[in-house]
Amino acid sequence: MDISIHHTTRYSYATPATHTVQHLRLTARDNAGQRIARWRVIGNGRDDLPVHTDAFGNIVRTLTMSDPHHELVVEVVGEVRTEDHAGILKGVDETMPAAMFSRTTALTAADNAIRDLATPIAPAVTKDAVDAAHQLMNRVRDAVAYVTGETDSDTTAAAALAAGAGVCQDHAHVMITAARLLGFPARYVSGYLAGEEVGEIYEASHAWAELFIDGLGWVGFDAANRVCPNERYVRIGCGLDYRGAAPIIGIRRGAGAESLTVEVAAMPMGEQNQSQDRRDLSERPNSS
Amino acid sequence: MLSRAAANLYWLARYMERADNVARILEVAERASIMPNSAGEPQSEWHSVVIASGNEQGYFERYDEISREKVVHYLTVDTSNPGSIRSCIEKARANARAVRTVLTSDIWEALNQTWLDLIGDKREDVARGELQAFLAWVKERAQMFSGGAHATMLRDEGYWFLRLGTMIERADNTARILDVKYHILLPTDEGIGGGMDYYQWTVLLRSVSASRSYYYRYRDTLRPWQIAEFLILSEEMPRSLIACVAEVHSLLDEIAKLDGRRHECHRLAGQIYSHLRYARIGDIFETGLHEFLVEFIDRNHRVSDEIADAYLQ
Amino acid sequence: MEVNSYRPVDHCFDEMMRTRTAPRAAYQKVREWLAAADPASLDLRRREAEILFMRIGVTFAVYGEGGDPERIIPFDIIPRVINGREWDLIARGLEQRVRALNQFLVDVYSKCEILHAGVIDTDLVLRNPAFLPEMNGFTPAGGVFTHVAGIDMVRVGEDEFYVLEDNARTPSGVSYMLEDREIMMRLFPDLMAAHKVAPVEHYPTELLTTLKSVAPSSGGADPTVVVLTPGMYNSAYYEHTYLADRMGVELVEGQDLFVDENRVYMRTTRGPQQVDVIYRRIDDDFLDPLTFNPNSTLGVAGLIGAVRAGHVTLANAPGAGVCDDKSVYIHVPEMIEFYLGEKPILKNVPTYRCGREADRAYVLDHLDELVVKEVRGSGGYGMLVGPHATKAEQAAFAERIKADPDEYIAQPTLALSTSPTFVDQGIAPRHIDLRPFVLMGAKGVSIVPGGLTRVALREGSLVVNSSQGGGTKDTWVLLEEPC
Repeated sequence: MDISIHHTTRYSYATPATHTVQHLRLTARDNAGQRIARWRVIGNGRDDLPVHTDAFGNIVRTLTMSDPHHELVVEVVGEVRTEDHAGILKGVDETMPAAMFSRTTALTAADNAIRDLATPIAPAVTKDAVDAAHQLMNRVRDAVAYVTGETDSDTTAAAALAAGAGVCQDHAHVMITAARLLGFPARYVSGYLAGEEVGEIYEASHAWAELFIDGLGWVGFDAANRVCPNERYVRIGCGLDYRGAAPIIGIRRGAGAESLTVEVAAMPMGEQNQSQDRRDLSERPNSS
Repeated sequence: MLSRAAANLYWLARYMERADNVARILEVAERASIMPNSAGEPQSEWHSVVIASGNEQGYFERYDEISREKVVHYLTVDTSNPGSIRSCIEKARANARAVRTVLTSDIWEALNQTWLDLIGDKREDVARGELQAFLAWVKERAQMFSGGAHATMLRDEGYWFLRLGTMIERADNTARILDVKYHILLPTDEGIGGGMDYYQWTVLLRSVSASRSYYYRYRDTLRPWQIAEFLILSEEMPRSLIACVAEVHSLLDEIAKLDGRRHECHRLAGQIYSHLRYARIGDIFETGLHEFLVEFIDRNHRVSDEIADAYLQ
Repeated sequence: MEVNSYRPVDHCFDEMMRTRTAPRAAYQKVREWLAAADPASLDLRRREAEILFMRIGVTFAVYGEGGDPERIIPFDIIPRVINGREWDLIARGLEQRVRALNQFLVDVYSKCEILHAGVIDTDLVLRNPAFLPEMNGFTPAGGVFTHVAGIDMVRVGEDEFYVLEDNARTPSGVSYMLEDREIMMRLFPDLMAAHKVAPVEHYPTELLTTLKSVAPSSGGADPTVVVLTPGMYNSAYYEHTYLADRMGVELVEGQDLFVDENRVYMRTTRGPQQVDVIYRRIDDDFLDPLTFNPNSTLGVAGLIGAVRAGHVTLANAPGAGVCDDKSVYIHVPEMIEFYLGEKPILKNVPTYRCGREADRAYVLDHLDELVVKEVRGSGGYGMLVGPHATKAEQAAFAERIKADPDEYIAQPTLALSTSPTFVDQGIAPRHIDLRPFVLMGAKGVSIVPGGLTRVALREGSLVVNSSQGGGTKDTWVLLEEPC
């Protein structure tokens, strides 16, 4: 599938901010299931922001604003060709031993409810790990309804489960936490999910979990949708939890109230949608 | 030099200068209050002390009346008054501690010892009624600080920012003292040259250590417009407004030479200096001494803000 | 008590006395001086030293106990003397140990060879709270993580030196080593002149050389080094000012620095100035709110990005703490053999991990003989010295161990060596340790002879931490033995 991504994040400040530093983990890279045709990250009009690779192999761009500013705009424009690999991640240069992803973090600390969620599956893990992981995915989704506005980026896995409601981030956190209890190294993945049909636009960024399964390696599980990532998924970055993979994380000084608008369009392209002149598309990032 | 370090030096100097000035106005008030022919209500002297210290509002939040004992406590050892001598020395020392590496050990040790004495042996001086001894000690420690700075500090940015703090604060204090007393300098029909005014003028000059130098300079009896001229426009009088502004002006010039950049503070300081340089005391009286002083305090304040903007943050 | 009636404690190695009545050669002259000195004048000197420390402001802060938080650490005027042969052994052992610790860090943040080889348990390292996953895949400039290491050692016999603890994060105390020497030279110039004491005054120069050696290449021939402090309320603030001062570099706080284009700058009166090496004295967690504790106001947003991009060097490198974790400590001898192919020169204290069932059973059975420590405790807090504890204290500690066994380790109570110390009753033996400071730069290891000797001032006490009533002594490494 050929997918086009257009993602705009706009911060406006009532009184100007004097200094802003943001890390942007918004750059997709190639793996066996996705080939990047083009990708640009534009921070306040600049697409040459300084870059480094973080501990989890994510490409991080740093946006710094040292002069007073009322507004800050981050844009992502990309085209990716994807294939369905049944959720199995291949062709990624892993930077650290899978065992490291057994660590817990503040957002993924287990409580009794998460233990109760995981325990019944424990016998299945030794028999058929893949099947156990699928069972877990369904149990997570059964326990946490998909409801927007109930949780935010600081909500812990335990809190989301207690609320019984959340969004993809919460499903991923609960899944990771329970998987680690069952002995799977597990990690948080951020990315995009495109619509099903050509031209059908999905309007949110997405997140899911990856579990390390002996013999297969890292395998994705999207509890929110009860599927393993297929050709509709574009993978951006990973971490121990949301914080480690956060698409945008930053601090600012001196601004008053902030208002934030996010627009995402992830859409399968037909032949006719694909831009003939790729340079043209990237130079007019505002067109959609 | 780090902007924060420059800011610490600047404020260190301001607070030491402020402590010194509070000690001076208290000393004068104490002297006034024990003179047999002091002004009608004994409280007015202490009230003007509170006004000159710039903390009148804070005082009346704590006390509903003026009395010597309360004013003295408020301005010397009261920890709740950010402008008390104790608070000033505490903040001076905290600023010094934050920039120990750019101070010479002489200065740091002098400041540190001042603080240790203040919370040690000296703490009870005021309560014991030894106000004069306490104030003399404060002035002595302030002198030791500025003497130490003058004698041991490298003549570079650090020293210049320290001096800037001293001069901005000193100009502010002289202007405030003048403003509290400006009415006694105004020409009136009655009692000019009389015992009462004469006495008040002496007090005013003493509060800026200018009594002896006045006579030396003018070789004349005390005349109000000459006193005003001396404290505002006389460059050789080290606590006059123009002397302080002239030094601010030249210090800022030195600092600008380092990197060739000039800022709003340079323009403002130059403007205030030339204004004073070509002013005549008669004109100042004509437009109003009080109005003149209020405006000066305000502009001096703006210079301070602009210095902070250009260098200290 | 006069020095002539000074007697070592039974079953303890005494630094001064070879037998009950005969001193070691290295202490000969110190003992003669003590014998000749009038106790009243020694006491006077001791008080003089205190006044000097207070006036110079060599203080540390103790909060939460009321009163003035600024305290001085008691200074003992009787030096601790180490002869050249002993120092040679210690120095070789320290260099070996720190090299191995550093290689371990380079390894666990990149290839994890020691884990793959099964020498150290993978989970012990990768799931250790002191391991920073955020630093994975990062090798600092020159391959150096532990630019400054403070190794806590004790002596129990003639050539028996044990390492009690490694400090590879932001070890403090070096300013006391330097000030103690300064004070000794002021107070007892004649005594110093009678000995050939190896100098320590060049430590700041060595430190600066070390720091410059690991600057990123963008720093050029004369890189800009700064000391980063959490501020004046930190208990070691005096040391931060002292080191910045003696190195002639800026002492900065987080608010003085900012990141632009993955480079670090300090705000100066002449505009932004780029910084190449940061000797930071703030904990990892507070370094960068974008990578670590998001609520930190002490750090610099974007700093770790600049570090990973190779535009600035942090000393010590973030994540170094995983090598000095008390549960990893157990494996330092294996590290030395694995990375260097050498036998350890300095001994490790046998350590029981309460998380292991067999160990735990032994520990609970022998609480009256062992020292039990929290794996992540420091400063002498949260520990049980079995032989000095009451039955009730032991029982209470046993409950804590059972509740959270992974959090505790235990070691046999070592008979720390004693050194003559000037106390209220006169000159008496008191237990001591030693913290030498090991510097490691791109060009190798350097160690200023000696270190900080800490002394437990209470009779019989084995806890030397300053927060627990410990004092310090000047530490003399003799270039020649007195004759």
